[in-house]
Amino acid sequence: MVAHRPSSLTRRSFLTGGIAAAGTLALAGCTSPLAAGLVGSPLNPQQLIFWNLFGGGDGSRMQTMEAGYTKVHGAGSLQATVFAWGNPYYSKLTLATVGNKPPDVAISHLTRAKPLYDGDVLEPITEADLASVGLSSSDFNPKTWAAQKTDGKNIAIPLDTHPLVMFFNQDVCSKAGLIDSAGKLKPLDNMDAFESALAAISKITGGAAITVANVSETATPWRVFTTLYHQINGVTPFISDNGSKLTVDKDAFTEVVTRLQSWVKKGWLNKGLDYAGAQTLMFTGKAGFYLEGEWEITTAQSIKGLKFGMVPVPTLYDTPAAQADSHTFVLPRKDRTPEQRKQAMGFIKSMLDQSLTWAKGGHIPAYLPTLDSKAYKALEPQADYASAAKHAVYDAPAWYGGSGSTFENTVGAQLGLAQQLAITPQGALSAITDQLQVYLNTPSPL
Amino acid sequence: MTTAEAVNRPAMAVPKKASARQRSMIGARNRRGAWLFLAPFGIFYLAFLLGPTVWMLISSFFNTSTVRPGLGSFAGFANYAEMLTRADFWSAMWHTLQFTIYTVPPLVMVAFVFAVLTNRVRRGQWFFRLAFFLPFILPSATISLIWVFIFTPGSGLWATIVSWFGVAPGAGVLGDPNTAMIGIAIATLWWTLGFNFVLYLAGLQEIPRDLYEAAAVDGATAWGQIRYITIPMLSRTTTLVILLQIIASLKIFDQVYLMTAGGPGISTQVALGLITNTGFTDNRIGAASAASVLLFIVIVAIAVIRQLFDRSAARKAA
Repeated sequence: MVAHRPSSLTRRSFLTGGIAAAGTLALAGCTSPLAAGLVGSPLNPQQLIFWNLFGGGDGSRMQTMEAGYTKVHGAGSLQATVFAWGNPYYSKLTLATVGNKPPDVAISHLTRAKPLYDGDVLEPITEADLASVGLSSSDFNPKTWAAQKTDGKNIAIPLDTHPLVMFFNQDVCSKAGLIDSAGKLKPLDNMDAFESALAAISKITGGAAITVANVSETATPWRVFTTLYHQINGVTPFISDNGSKLTVDKDAFTEVVTRLQSWVKKGWLNKGLDYAGAQTLMFTGKAGFYLEGEWEITTAQSIKGLKFGMVPVPTLYDTPAAQADSHTFVLPRKDRTPEQRKQAMGFIKSMLDQSLTWAKGGHIPAYLPTLDSKAYKALEPQADYASAAKHAVYDAPAWYGGSGSTFENTVGAQLGLAQQLAITPQGALSAITDQLQVYLNTPSPL
Repeated sequence: MTTAEAVNRPAMAVPKKASARQRSMIGARNRRGAWLFLAPFGIFYLAFLLGPTVWMLISSFFNTSTVRPGLGSFAGFANYAEMLTRADFWSAMWHTLQFTIYTVPPLVMVAFVFAVLTNRVRRGQWFFRLAFFLPFILPSATISLIWVFIFTPGSGLWATIVSWFGVAPGAGVLGDPNTAMIGIAIATLWWTLGFNFVLYLAGLQEIPRDLYEAAAVDGATAWGQIRYITIPMLSRTTTLVILLQIIASLKIFDQVYLMTAGGPGISTQVALGLITNTGFTDNRIGAASAASVLLFIVIVAIAVIRQLFDRSAARKAA
C-alpha cells in the first residue's frame, strides 16, 4: 500500500505507528533494561540484590565470600552494591524501601537494625525461614542473638560481633616486663595493675603509653568511654525509653572521664591524635597500647616487622565489658514469593558458612559452627580476644542512635574534647545534655 | 508562567470585543488548544513542584515521618520553634549565605571579563566558548571528584604548588574549617562560570557594532567603550545573571555533600544539607519541611529586595 501511495504516510499515521511500535517494544522486551526501567520491573528476576557498606579489608573479604556464592549459583546470580558507611547508607536503605525498590538482602549494624525495624523498614525473620535453609536460633552466639530480638521477633541475622579491643606492641610491652614466658600479655585486670603498666610503658617510650583517636573522630572516644562506663557495677544505660530520657549515671560518667583526663595529664594517654595517628604511634613503638575495634587487625598485619597482639579491654572496674556492635543481615520489606524468600535466606546461609573468611578480618563470628571450630580457635591473635564477645555492650536503642549515628557523633565529640583537656567532665556532660535536648524531646518519627 | 500568560491573554481579551458569538467560539477553541499544549508541562509542574510545595507547607505543621504514611500528629509551630532555636540551623543558614557571598561576585565579574575578551577574539572563538562552557556540562559528582583530587592533602596538585612557595600544606584546603568553604567556592567557580559566560557573550553579540564605530571615531579608548557602551548595554543581562546566580548559590547542596559532607565538623554544613539530614537521616519530614519553608522565605526575600533595588536604580537612571 505504501508503495502505491507514498503520500498516505502522513505525519499523524507516522506518529501513531511510532507509538504502537514503542508499545510493542516495551511489551516484548521485558528483559531489556529500557523496558524494565519504564515499567519498574526487576531487571533480572533471578538475580539477588545485596547491599552492604564494607570498604577496606572488610570489603575485599566480603567480595571473596560473594565469589563463593556465585561459584555455586552462577555468574549472574548476585548483584552486590557497596555504599558509603554510616548515616548515608541507612538513609538510602530506608528511602529505597519506602520507595518500594529495596534490595533483597542488606547488611545493617545491629544497633541500626532496631530503628529500621521500628520504622517498618524490615521484615521479621521466622523460625520457618531459618529452618528452610537448615539454620536455627541455637546456631548463633546467644548474647548476639538475644541482642537482635525486638518485641519477641527476630529482626536480623548476626554475622559477627565487633567489640572494642586492646592492641599491644609486643616489643614495647616485653621491654616493660608485661609479657609472660608464653609470649602473652600478663593479665592487667584491675586499675592499679593497669596504671602501673601504663607507667612502665611510658618509661620505655619516653612519652605516651596508650593511644585513643580523638581528633576528627567521634566514634572511638564513645567506644572507649562506654566500655569503661559499663565496667562499673550497676550503671544505667546512657539513654533509655527509645532515646527519650537521658539516664546516664553522672557519678560514673565523671569518674571515667576524670580518670581518662588524669592519664592525659600524666602523659600516658595522647591529648590529640586522629584515627591514623593513634594507630601509627603504637605501630611504630611510640606507645604500648592502642584501643580500637578489632577490624584494625588488617592494618596492623600489613605493617612490616610489627609484632603485635590483641586482648579484650582489661577490666579496670568491677565487671568485664566491651562496647560492641554486630554486622547483621536484614530483609527489607518488600513483596516476596516463597521462592524469593528462600533464595534470600540461602544467600545468608552461604555467607554464614564462610564466616571463617570473615573472621580473618578480626570480627568474632556469631555463627557457632564457625566460632566453635578448630580452625577458628587456631587463628592468632583472633582466639585471644574472642571472649570479648561474651561481654559485648551494645548502644542503647534510640531512633537517633546506633553505630555512626547522630547520638554517637554528639556524645563522642564532647568526649574527644574532654580528652584534649579542652573541657571539664561537667562541661562535657552539660554540653551533651544541651545538644541532645532536641532529640530527647522529639517523639520518635518511626 | 510566562508562557501561560502569553498564550492566554489574547484568548481572554477576545470576549471583551463585542464582535460576535463566532469569535468567542474561536476563543474557546484556542483556549482548549492552549491548555492541551500546556498539559504535559503542567502535569509535571503540578506533580513535582506545586504539589510537593503545598505538601511541604502542610507537613511543616505536623510531626510527619518519612517512613510512615499520613501526616502524623499535629505539631503547631513546634517545628518552626525548634529550627529557630537550633544553633546548627543558624550556622547552616550562615554557611549558605557565606557561600553565596563567596561565589556571586566572582561568578558575575569573571564571566563578564572572559566574555568581553572572547568577544574580541577574531579567529577560533569557538575554542574559547567551548573551553569556558565545557566544565558546566559535567555532573556535580565529576567536578567534586576532580577537586577533591586537586585538594588532596600532602600529595594533591594544590598542595604541590603551594609547597613550591614554601607553604606547609597541613590538613589540606578541605580539611581546615577556615578554608573548606573557599575550596568549595573555587570548585564551583570553575564549574558554573560557563553559564554566565554564555549569557554575557550572547548579550555582547546583540550590541550594534556601529555604536563602537561611532565611539571610536569620537576618540573613545577601549576602556571607555567598555565603560560607556558595553556595561550599560548589558545591564539587562547583568540583572538576569545576578538574580539567577544568587538563587543558584542559595540552593548550594551537591558540592558540599560530595566534597566535605558538611565537615570538618559542621563548618561547611549548608541549609539544604541540614534539611536533607533532618528529613532523610532522622526521618523527620515535618521538621525538615519547616526548615525548608524558612529557607524558602529567605530566598524569596532576597529576590524581592534585589528586584526593588533594581527598580529604584532604573527609576533613577530614567
